Amino acid sequence: MAEKTINVTLKVWRQPARGAQGRFETYQAKRIPTDASFLEMLDIVNNGLERNNQDPIAFDHDCREGICGSCGAVVNGRPHGPRRATTLCQLHMREFKDGDTIVIEPWRANGFPVIKDLIVDRAAFDRIIQTGGFISVRTGQAPEAHSTPVPLKNAEEAMDAAECIGCGACVAACPNASASLFTAAKIAQLCKLPQGHPERTRRVLHMVRTMDKEGFGSCSKQYECEAACPKEIKVSNITVMNREYLRALLKADA
Amino acid sequence: MLDARIPDGPIAEKWGRHKFNLKLVNPANKRKYHIIVVGTGLAGASAAASLSEMGYRVSSFFIHDSPRRAHSIAAQGGINAAKNYQNDGDSVYRLFYDTVKGGDFRAREANVHRLAELSVNIIDQCVAQGVPFAREYGGYLANRSFGGAQVARTFYARGQTGQQLLLGAYGALMKEAARGSVKLYPRREMLDLIVVDNRATGITCRNLLTGDIEAHTADAVVLATGGYGNVYYLSTNAKASNVTATWRAHKRGAFFANPCYTQIHPTCIPVHGDYQSKLTLMSESLRNDGRIWVPRKKDDKRSPDQIPESDRYYYLEEKYPSFGNLVPRDVASRNAKAVCDEGSGVGSTGMAVYLDFRDAIQRDGKAAIEARYGNLFEMYERITAQNPYTVPMMIYPAIHYTMGGLWVDYNLMSNLPGLHVLGEANFSDHGANRLGASALMQGLADGYFVIPITIGDFLARSGPSKVKPDHPAVQDAARETRERTDRLVGLKGKRTVDEFHRELGQILWDKCGMARTAAGLKDALARIPELREQFWQEVNVVGSPGSLNQVLERAGRVADYLEFAELLCTDALHREESCGGHFREEYQTPEGEAQRNDEAFCYAAAWEFQGVGAAPVLHKEPLEFHEVHLTQRSYK
Ligand SMILES: Cc1cc2nc3c(=O)[nH]c(=O)nc-3n(C[C@H](O)[C@H](O)[C@H](O)COP(=O)(O)OP(=O)(O)OC[C@H]3O[C@@H](n4cnc5c(N)ncnc54)[C@H](O)[C@@H]3O)c2cc1C
Ligand code: FES
Repeated sequence: MAEKTINVTLKVWRQPARGAQGRFETYQAKRIPTDASFLEMLDIVNNGLERNNQDPIAFDHDCREGICGSCGAVVNGRPHGPRRATTLCQLHMREFKDGDTIVIEPWRANGFPVIKDLIVDRAAFDRIIQTGGFISVRTGQAPEAHSTPVPLKNAEEAMDAAECIGCGACVAACPNASASLFTAAKIAQLCKLPQGHPERTRRVLHMVRTMDKEGFGSCSKQYECEAACPKEIKVSNITVMNREYLRALLKADA
Repeated sequence: MLDARIPDGPIAEKWGRHKFNLKLVNPANKRKYHIIVVGTGLAGASAAASLSEMGYRVSSFFIHDSPRRAHSIAAQGGINAAKNYQNDGDSVYRLFYDTVKGGDFRAREANVHRLAELSVNIIDQCVAQGVPFAREYGGYLANRSFGGAQVARTFYARGQTGQQLLLGAYGALMKEAARGSVKLYPRREMLDLIVVDNRATGITCRNLLTGDIEAHTADAVVLATGGYGNVYYLSTNAKASNVTATWRAHKRGAFFANPCYTQIHPTCIPVHGDYQSKLTLMSESLRNDGRIWVPRKKDDKRSPDQIPESDRYYYLEEKYPSFGNLVPRDVASRNAKAVCDEGSGVGSTGMAVYLDFRDAIQRDGKAAIEARYGNLFEMYERITAQNPYTVPMMIYPAIHYTMGGLWVDYNLMSNLPGLHVLGEANFSDHGANRLGASALMQGLADGYFVIPITIGDFLARSGPSKVKPDHPAVQDAARETRERTDRLVGLKGKRTVDEFHRELGQILWDKCGMARTAAGLKDALARIPELREQFWQEVNVVGSPGSLNQVLERAGRVADYLEFAELLCTDALHREESCGGHFREEYQTPEGEAQRNDEAFCYAAAWEFQGVGAAPVLHKEPLEFHEVHLTQRSYK
């Protein structure tokens, strides 16, 4: 098959280690098949670097199917690149034109220190979840699944919120580097389900507090997060979180 | 010597009796025991959380930055459970029966029955955790029929069932981490198993951020490190899935069982270029509504919408009228290969068949199809730039799952005392072929409900391990791991790691893939050691050992694949029969179906390591079928 290829120029953020000085390096990516994914394009460039005994560009990735949330970089100023609702691994080179220059940088946020090149430390997300992003049911305690019907609408809304892959694009897109969309999605999922209700108050108070403590900014309703989210998690979840938070404050006072 | 420890009694009572007969660790003593769990997929995360809830001290090791990213996250289609919510005649016994038959009579009956029993508890547990399964208007759970099942017993969460189940288990794990009872070790790759006096007492691992080699000791080790599909290079597995953990345990004495049982998934997006890094699965649920066909005439270059009904060959529907497009995976895959090998394949490479939704859209309307498969169609469109609502999808089989794995007894303990193996990493429940939606079920059954109970029996009988980090064996293991890593980084040849991986993958796909022959396997067995030799001479591992080095990570995994591949082919050559995913061309029925040889091969083959390149020793665990009678599988 005569496949279509393009040549592009990459300007890639290279940073050897956490806290080290970083800078943009320029690479020519030649004869890149337009059917290749963005990460496959990086593979091709990296194989070339390896052949020249140069350190390849480090980036996180695993599933390459848009579900594990490992991959991510800011491409030409946009988290996960130009295509809506698409992770970097699912972006294909047909989105670019021959001769394009592509600027590739890691997520930049206080809460996400750069580890190397395009890899950042997202452990803060786990710490947010640890303070309440679950239902405290031990193995063996569960009642028969059908003992609690869940209205279809609630189940669907819970699922909409649960689709979050924890990639961090929302933080990268936010001018305040807020983790509100990520945190809100989990809170919203669990408060839509009856199973989540017993811990509702504690959950939102703790998770919001952790989010602030981890150095993420607050939400000033710019909605860049929703636009960048590869799973199209809605900002309405943030409204739910804020409502839950108010409710919890009142409760905690009472 | 291979004692599977299958309990006595009628099949439905075995697990209950066994639980009663197991020794228990009393609640106050549990805290004295430290358990290492490697992997945070469904099996590892559910095990680590449940063991911690019971009071054990748990350390959880995983490659990713967060436990939530484990490969299980990618499972799409669903999870089976014998709830019989559809009132369509399902039962624990039917799920058991289907799984034994689906596995082509190469699984252990007792394990499979236990799996079917536990399936119902899994759904309860996950719902309680807030897993947003699909529901009906009444608020009750929805089901679909999946991959060769004639009842609707599959539970699902849109096309992201694995994600939602894993997030449930991950939540449980985070809850325990917050309590301080599970310690998390992210970005660690296990590189060796520490065995002292025939007991597994720890692991060595590399901190992938700093390059430090660490040794950790424990009273028991649980491996839940997934399957080895990536030995083929191209597969549907996540890139970091690997054989390293299980292979290194094998080199320390754990038997590897049935490595030749590999599963090829019939519905993947075809290969399109040599830069390709992985293959994407299109969920099997698509076969519920999509019809699979190729043009009746060879080399028919017309576009699919120009090919009239009479010129379309719906080969599965014609050959298997009662199962049609829903035949099990191995049957669907082999038939796709057969029509393509005959020259009827479509697409630019001729290595693809159509999966067509035209009739389903006409019948149910576009909206209904979109509701069912919207996200899958979107994914397909994103990758191929073709719209499956108007143009039939093109699919081809790809390596997807591995039924083989470390040998375990009924307690999920390997032949090495103290080493337990869960999920895809063990060989236990699927025989020679896994049915769709059964891997998630097995991983969670192992992790939530089996290991928390069976591990206590080992600990109560063996007591705490006396091996501390300063034990010479621990120091030796760490030193050996360091030396091997240094040796890899010292390789400054001319070829990249990926080149070797691709070449190995091609050999295996050609000679030990969907169809195998003695001659082909012998050829592979001659070429693999040569390639391994070249690797250790010619590969280029750039960078240093003492920092984040992704080339080194890949090099270590490929080095292990180059050893493991030989065992895979050895097993495939020795098994002179066809069963499930293992199809030997020499052994087929006149209709071209897999022909088992129950007389000679009704056993699990557990291999003992004898040295790299040395012939492994075969141990047989005979399989006895008291419930399901050995028959030729038929889906006609
Ligand atoms: C695309 C796709 C779709 C699927 N869909 C379905 C489905 O619909 N239904 C179904 O039942 N099954 C499905 N499967 C199969 C199923 O997802 C897997 O078999 C199952 O998730 C495996 O779970 P696991 O816990 O055993 O291992 P994994 O999820 O593979 O987890 C392995 C873990 O081990 C860790 N690890 C591995 N090696 C090391 C090491 N050396 N050191 C440290 N950590 C290590 C990894 O980091 C990871 O945490 C699908 C598989 C694929 C590929
Ligand atoms: S690599 Fe998993 S989401 Fe991109």
